[in-house]
Amino acid sequence: MIQADLNTIAPEIILSIYAMVALVGAVYTGKDKIAGPLVWLTAGLFVLLAAWIGLGSGGTHDAFGGMFKDDAFARFAKVTILVSGAAVLVMGQDYMSRRNLLRFEYPVLVSLSVVGMMMMVSAGDLMALYMGLELQSLALYVVASLRRDSVRSTEAGMKYFVLGALSSGLLLYGASLTYGYAGTTLFSGIIDAASGNAPLGLLFGLVFVTAGLAFKVSAVPFHMWTPDVYEGAPTPITAFFATAPKMAAMALLARVLHDAFGGVVGDWQQIIALMAVLSMFLGAVAAIGQTNIKRLMAYSSIAHMGFALMGLAAGTAFGVQALLIYMVIYVTMNVGTFAFILTMERDGEPVTDIASLNLFARAHPGRAMAVLFLMFSLAGVPPFLGFFGKFYVLRAAYDAGLGWLAVAGVIASVIGAFYYLRIVYYMYFGEEGAHLDTNKSPILWGFLVATAAVMLIGSAWMFGVEGAAEAAAATLVN
Amino acid sequence: MTVAALAFYLFAICAVLGGLFTVISRNPVHSVLWLILTFLSAAGLFVLMGAEFVAMLLIIVYVGAVAVLFLFVVMMLDVDFAELRAGMSQYMPLALLIGVVILMQFGMAFGVWESAEGAQAARGAVAPTDVENTAALGALLYDKYFLLFQLSGLILLVAMIGAIVLTLRHRKDVKRQNVLEQMWRDPAEAMELKNVKPGQGL
Repeated sequence: MIQADLNTIAPEIILSIYAMVALVGAVYTGKDKIAGPLVWLTAGLFVLLAAWIGLGSGGTHDAFGGMFKDDAFARFAKVTILVSGAAVLVMGQDYMSRRNLLRFEYPVLVSLSVVGMMMMVSAGDLMALYMGLELQSLALYVVASLRRDSVRSTEAGMKYFVLGALSSGLLLYGASLTYGYAGTTLFSGIIDAASGNAPLGLLFGLVFVTAGLAFKVSAVPFHMWTPDVYEGAPTPITAFFATAPKMAAMALLARVLHDAFGGVVGDWQQIIALMAVLSMFLGAVAAIGQTNIKRLMAYSSIAHMGFALMGLAAGTAFGVQALLIYMVIYVTMNVGTFAFILTMERDGEPVTDIASLNLFARAHPGRAMAVLFLMFSLAGVPPFLGFFGKFYVLRAAYDAGLGWLAVAGVIASVIGAFYYLRIVYYMYFGEEGAHLDTNKSPILWGFLVATAAVMLIGSAWMFGVEGAAEAAAATLVN
Repeated sequence: MTVAALAFYLFAICAVLGGLFTVISRNPVHSVLWLILTFLSAAGLFVLMGAEFVAMLLIIVYVGAVAVLFLFVVMMLDVDFAELRAGMSQYMPLALLIGVVILMQFGMAFGVWESAEGAQAARGAVAPTDVENTAALGALLYDKYFLLFQLSGLILLVAMIGAIVLTLRHRKDVKRQNVLEQMWRDPAEAMELKNVKPGQGL
């Protein structure tokens, strides 16, 4: 019995054992000196595990009495998390080591947080959900304040920690109310108990659980921590925050709402729709005044989360498919954009002011073109890939009878296009000013060009993501 | 009133009072002591329910380790709690308003509380009759909740790594003890005998 269960969670077991071995090994050997190779090793393991999970046998397996679910949906999310985690680790290695931030605990903590994310997307029980979430968040709080000499970084970690603890409290309270109503913490038990018209007690539980998870995806009105944490954390870690954890939290939200509360879709649909509208508009409007590109990316991620939530608000299998496709595209765009942000420096110091991009295109036409692709894609301009992501969620919302939500999405996307296009404007038609040196790292350059190429090719052929997302959505919503 | 009922009310009242005084006492050291009273009363309540293992854990882990650690931290950190409280009074009216609103909402929610049909049956734990509760607890932890138990271990590991990463500093300017060096010291090299004559310096 336990043998089959352990086989099902084999990727998670391997990754956690790797993290522990790496920790002990690094302590007894070179410590921070071997941090560089350790980062590469960790990224390699992530990619191997992603290939194993992605190409492995299909089907749905339940382990530990339904607490852990290995289905197409979980596998889709896990592959995205692992690949983006590997990409971000490799991208940030050079930046971290040149600023003496590359400590051997960094890849270990990232591995453990990825284990947490994999548990989150596979959770089939409120307790397993909470454990995965805490494992993930706790590791992220630590890496956010990794640069402990900097007040900004410490403040970012502290803010993230306090607000994260508050959100965990909300989530736990909601979980206890749900347990009180359903008598079980298993999702399969909750969905049996909660169908038709949800009583007030269950509704309270649902609202609290959703609020707790909305903190993690930084949806308005639970977004306050995002800009400060993005700005304060070292850039490679900000890049990590913007990709894998967002995918994990969004997948977890989709799983809880469909697997556990799938019987009361009408009740959570309005909550998600409201958060989607608020996030899209706040993300679009608040980013206009930002001059720091990391803060700008924080508001951009809030707006993007709004669009992803729009797919979820549809409450249909197509909506979940749209959500998954949107998240994959969002993660790809962010990997590319952060690969560029990591190259921005002047005299060896990182620069985050967007005014420093003035006339960047004159000095580096190739890079400017790649960034232009990414910015157009983030804004959702056709024919770039970002447009298709938005198109999917808008169609999902429209098909589900949420026409007003789709209209609001279009308006917010037009407002949001302003600040992406402003970056492009600075690059091509800005004023003369201090020039920006860029780091000549071939890895960052490669990621930038590769993601920019994906933005263009993806509009013709999405690398099979559509089909995989459809199969994943079908296992979740039935 | 039976002895059990008397004990229950005694422990319950102590637990609630201890909790109240933990929050309102001015001296943080007193707060920790009140907290210990709360833990002890809760342990008593567990014994009354027949969960003696959990009761002992509460005393050994919470009173024995956690509360004592709290005491150390409170005494070592020089935090002026009165100053912290001063800022709080500024927000008190707003906080009270929000608190009252939330309380009323909960009143509404719990006023019409109803559980799903099978909830009571699903929730009622099947108490094993042939084994004592420590053994039953172990069987649950290592069998049904194996995954969660191991995950909590990982979470504690992350907490430990985090505490070390964020606080440990290797200082170069302090002298450290080197046990081997001390052991290999040779009296012939380490000291020198001088015969100092009276009235003369070295």
